[in-house]
Order: sequence, then C-alpha cells, then structure tokens
Amino acid sequence: MNNGVLKPGDYFLRGNYACVEGALLAGCRFFAGYPITPSNEISAMMARRMPQVGGSFIQFEDEIASIVGVIGAANGGVKSMTATSGPGFSLMQEAIGLAFMIETPIVIVDVQRGGPSTGLPTQVGQGDFIQTNFGSHGDYETVVYLPNSPQEMFDMTIEAFNTAWRYRVPVIVLADQMIGQMIEKVSVPPYDEIEIVEYEKPDVPPEEFLPFDFRYEVPPFVAAGDGYRIHLTGLAHDERGYPTTNHEIYSKMLLRKLRKIWDNEDRIMEWEEQLTEDANLIVVSYGITSRSVYKAVRDAREKGMKVGIYRLKTAWPFPYKRLREMANEGKDILVVEVNMGQAYRVAKQYVPHDSIYCMPWAPGKVPTPEAILKKIEEVYRA
Amino acid sequence: MIRIPNRRIPLNVKRVLRPVGRVEIDIELCKGCHYCIEFCPTGVLGRSGKVNKQGYEYPIIIPGKEEECIGCGMCERICPDYCIKVRDFLYKPVIEEGI
Amino acid sequence: MSEAKLIRPSIDEIKSLLRVERLPHIWCPSCGIGIVAKAYVEALLRSGIPPEKHVLVSGIGCSSRMPGYIKIDGYHVIHGRAIPFAVGLKTVRPELEVTVFAGDGDLSTIGGNHLIHAIRRNDDINVIMINNFTYGMTGGQYGGTTPEGSRTLTSPYGHIEGTFNVPLLVASIGAPYVARWTVLHYRQIVDTIVEMFNIDGFAFLEVISPCIIYTDMNRRDAISLMRMFREQSDIDHKADLRNIGINRLNEETRFVVGKFVHRPSESYQTKYRRLVEKVMKGG
Repeated sequence: MNNGVLKPGDYFLRGNYACVEGALLAGCRFFAGYPITPSNEISAMMARRMPQVGGSFIQFEDEIASIVGVIGAANGGVKSMTATSGPGFSLMQEAIGLAFMIETPIVIVDVQRGGPSTGLPTQVGQGDFIQTNFGSHGDYETVVYLPNSPQEMFDMTIEAFNTAWRYRVPVIVLADQMIGQMIEKVSVPPYDEIEIVEYEKPDVPPEEFLPFDFRYEVPPFVAAGDGYRIHLTGLAHDERGYPTTNHEIYSKMLLRKLRKIWDNEDRIMEWEEQLTEDANLIVVSYGITSRSVYKAVRDAREKGMKVGIYRLKTAWPFPYKRLREMANEGKDILVVEVNMGQAYRVAKQYVPHDSIYCMPWAPGKVPTPEAILKKIEEVYRA
Repeated sequence: MIRIPNRRIPLNVKRVLRPVGRVEIDIELCKGCHYCIEFCPTGVLGRSGKVNKQGYEYPIIIPGKEEECIGCGMCERICPDYCIKVRDFLYKPVIEEGI
Repeated sequence: MSEAKLIRPSIDEIKSLLRVERLPHIWCPSCGIGIVAKAYVEALLRSGIPPEKHVLVSGIGCSSRMPGYIKIDGYHVIHGRAIPFAVGLKTVRPELEVTVFAGDGDLSTIGGNHLIHAIRRNDDINVIMINNFTYGMTGGQYGGTTPEGSRTLTSPYGHIEGTFNVPLLVASIGAPYVARWTVLHYRQIVDTIVEMFNIDGFAFLEVISPCIIYTDMNRRDAISLMRMFREQSDIDHKADLRNIGINRLNEETRFVVGKFVHRPSESYQTKYRRLVEKVMKGG
C-alpha cells in the first residue's frame, strides 16, 4: 500500500482490508472507531491509510463516541465511516436514530461475531440481521448490504457510500467474521467504471434554503460552515429544522424521511438468484453461509432434487418481491443462516406460513454443505 | 440631578456632564424575573404592578427617577430575555442652572 | 447636551444573530441561560471570525436548547454526546470555530467519559458548561454537580452523594484553558469566550447559573441565588482548584471564579495534521 487509493488491477486482499480500500476509493476521508474483534483490521488499516490519503483517523473512547464523531464529520461534508461488531453496534443504536432524523449520510461496517452479549469474539455469527433496521427506537429505515466475499466487501462499501449520500440515510455493511478475515482476489475496475456519488452544494441562496424542504424527496445536504446557518436537531422538527410538536407537520416530516427508502426500495434492494426457475425448494442465505449453500444446492441437484438459490445482497430493504412470487407459485423456502432464524422471521411475513422452513444454527461455525444438504433432503421430502 | 451641599462650588461645574440613559422595555418579551430591578445600581427600575399578555409583571422606570439612570447597561446585560435596553444616552450637566 | 454612541454591541446587533422568530425562548423566568447565550453572541461579534465559520453543538437539556436560538450552524444532538460530534466536525473542518454549549448533567454526568477523553486528547473545541446544579429540563433531578443536602426530585430526603468540582477535574487532566464565572459576571464571560476562540486546544468555561426548578425545591428563589453570586463570589485567578468545589449551597458558600488555567497548547487536530503532512511527503 502506498500513498493514494488502489489503482485498477487485481489484488489479493483480506475482506476487512478490501472494505477499507473500497471506502477510500469512494472518497471516505474520516474514520472513527473503537477496537473490537473481528473488525480490528479495519481500524488498524484506516489508521495507517488515512494519513496516506490526507484523511483523518480517531480512535475514540468508545463506540458511542465513534458513531457520533462520524455523524459530526459527515455534517462537515466529509464522507465518514466507522467499523464495529455486535456489542459495539448495539451501543450505536441511539446515534443511528439521530443520523436518520437529521438525515446525515454515514456508513457503518458491522463485522458480525457470535452473540448475544460477549458471545464468541473470534468466531462467525449472523445474529445482527434484524437489529440493523430495528435496533433503535422509533420508526426509521436503514439500508443494509450483505457482502459474501472480499470482492463484495470492496464493491458494497463503495455502494454503501453512494446510497448513503444519495438518500441521506445511515447505511450498514453487514459482514461477518469469516468474510472479514478471509483472503481472496479483489479486482479494482478502471475508475471510469466506478460510480461515485459526491456532495454538491445546492444552488439555493441561504435566505431561501430550508434544510428539510417538503418539496424534495431528498432535500439537498449542506455542511457546516457552508454559509447556510442551519439548525439541525434530533427533536421532531419542521422544514426549517426548528423543533415542533405539531402533529400534522411532524407526520408529514416523518413520512417524508421514511419514503426516501420506501419509495425507492425497488432501486435499492439487491439479491442473486440461481437455478430458481424449475426449483421446488428455494434456499435463502447471505454472507458466508451462502458459500456453503452453493455447494449444498449443487450436491442436491446431483441427487435429483430441484433446488434453487436465493442470496440476499441487501438485508434492508428486504428483497421480498421475488420471494413472494416464487412462494405463490408453490415453491417452498428454506432459510439458512448462522442464527436462530432472523431473516427467516422476516421472510415469513411474505410467504404462506406452511411453506417456509428455518434451520436454527448457533454461532461459532458455519453450517457445512453436508449439514445443509441433510436439511434440504428433510424439507424436500416433506 | 445631583444636589451639592453648601460648600465651595468648582468654577466649571456647569460645564461638567454626566450620562443620563434612556431605557426602553419590550414588555411582551418580559418574563418578570426582576433581575433588572435588582441589579440596577441607581435603583431606577421598579415593579409596574401590571402584567403583560403572558401574565408576567414587567418593570417600569420609576416616575421621577428617569434622570438618575446613568446608562450603564447593567439591565441590558443581565436580562435573560433580551427585552430591555439602553436606547441611547444623553449628556447632561451635573448641576442645572440656578444653584 | 450631546448624544453618545454605545461602544459595545447593542441588544439590536445581538438580536441580528438570533432567530428572533422563535422568541420568546422556552427558558423559565429568571433562568440564567439567556444571559450566557447573549454573552456568546457578543463574544462572537467581537471575535473577528465571521458568523458563518462558527458552529454550535449541544446535547439535551435546557442549556442545550441554546443553539436553536442562534442564527449560525447549530447541531442539537443526543444526550451527552455533543463533545464527540464537535470533535469529529472540527477534525475534518479545522477552519471552523466549534463550540459545545450544554449543561452540567449533559457534559459531566452522562457525557463525562467524552469530556475527559476530549481533554486528554486536547481536542481543539470550546466547551461552555452551564452549571445550574440540576437536570432542569426533566423536572429537577440531581446530577454530578448537585450540592450535598439539596432537595431534588430524586433526592427528596436530601442529596447524600458527593459533587464534581468540574474545573479541578478538567484542569487535572491537562486542559490548557479553564475558567469559571457566574451569570452575574457578564463582561468577564464575554472576554473569556473571546479568549477561548483563540486557544488551540480544549478551552473550558463553567458558568454558574440559577435554575428556578432547583431553587424552588430548596426554598430559595432564583433572585436570592443571584444575590449570593453578588455577595459571595471571589475572583481569584490563582485559586487552588482543590478548594473551589461547591459542595453545599448556603450563606457560607464562596463562589470562587476566575480564569484559572491559561497556558500554551497544541491541539490533537494540529498534531494530526502535521502527521498527515509528514506521511504524505513520504516520511
């Protein structure tokens, strides 16, 4: 690694490092973090790389300071990121609500480990799935990406910044210990093939500017010190950003903030389908588990079972449409994840209840292709 | 106006000037805390006995004491509600004609 | 007779930097926060730094409502977390003058951890802490600075915990600028804030203020507390900070105020920028 961002080409990178390089290429120039396994490689790499690209790094006293520091830096107009794991992510919930409320674009990388509580610090888990969109109080929406390789750590981190700055929402890259620490080939495409969303000052003069203008789906973002003299508050507020308790105004405001994601979910949700057209059973998975599922499904096909793959690439917005369609065609769904049934619980809302199956799996190890194949056989026969 | 007892009066006394402040009160913003009354060094302000639309008792310049305001601005500084100010001040002789 | 010009900003000039459409403000009658807000604006006007470059950050509570009334960039964030927000913002935008304005509960109780670490790092921010000895907004509970024996909503039989001596705490960790005044020392507050803008490092000001919620429960009105400030304050810049804690509020309490610490310093942000320059040159 040298000064500047990675040049186009092929590299052999650890997932966590690929995430760092993706962030730097996307223009991230502020990182704040607190040590927690298995995301430590991200902060260590950021501490080394940020001065090389002219950015800033702070190791704060705890995760709460880290996330709030990131929100502060983002309000300075600089792309900012933090990285953590389950316990730290739990501490960040109040601040995620704040970022949603004042519509500050931030990226959080959650490299999941075994939970709950201190759990299994050095071993894989996927137990934060639901928390990424329901961990904070009140109604809000985040966008959550699910990488399953160091290449996707790189690509999805860039996309996370784009989504954050396009929609002014907190975005989470939900990796896990294995994806974060495995080393694989990462290709950096030519720069003109990478889309990067940048912050631009609006051309409205300051006297007419409203920080939360109802006329926009996503109001233009302004940073501190740009001359707009805005007041942003986590209290319920009106278009001017001033606190209000008026129910009519706040209903309109809250819905406007939520609709940024609700009205654009088709554009934002991502998933990958394989072998689903003639399948009778669809196996849903994400992250590291999807690797085992690929092998298990191939083995199942060889045994004559018609099984398909549905890999989630965003946790939220949850890619429910195709799933619902396939379930209505009579296909069964099996959700495999390293937890006791979180994506399962979400998927269950969209499909007939007797057609969806779960495979509870405690954190620490990923289910092997053999274990998944056994479950597939069990479900297939039923 | 300041009274000088029957002693030797300086020759230039009629040319010596002192500031006399003129205070303006925005009675609708007042919250009746009475800090201005308490901390006025010459005791020019007093309670009006009347209330504004919010129900707070606002201060007034005590009738007859207008000339004793020295325009120090303590009321303006200590008011937490930005509703009293020294609008301007004049210079008046320490002694009026006729002594 | 001749007219004279006022030589310091008039209330009209100060109001030009207030969001007057939101006045009257929400603070209670006899609350001291309005006075400190006014002093901040006067200091801003005297600082020589344009208002567009000033930023206010606050947490939650009555004191934290202050940025909402000032016509500059203001961020009203979550309880106790104003300091890390300000640190993140200042680190990426070093040309801005970032001031944290919050209460004793927000800064020294829930936000205590962030306070001590920002001082340890010597972050280049100004912190103005309004100490009214209570959590006023939520009805008058006790906090880290509530004097012993006080009756509060959560100490109805009298407060039995100890109190923070915040200037001592802040100075002991190494803050380069530490001052304390009461709301009565208006001119000194303005001068102090102007000085704080010029410190490259953590600049701290505690302002002791009356809160009618606190004083009502302790059978004293706010104006009697203001009289205590007038009669029982000592300005002592060389005070031994170990002796200036306000442990009990009564006729014997001495409010020791002044500019206690003012020494040269280099902030974390300045050192970090130097490091970045060195690394980028290939060092």
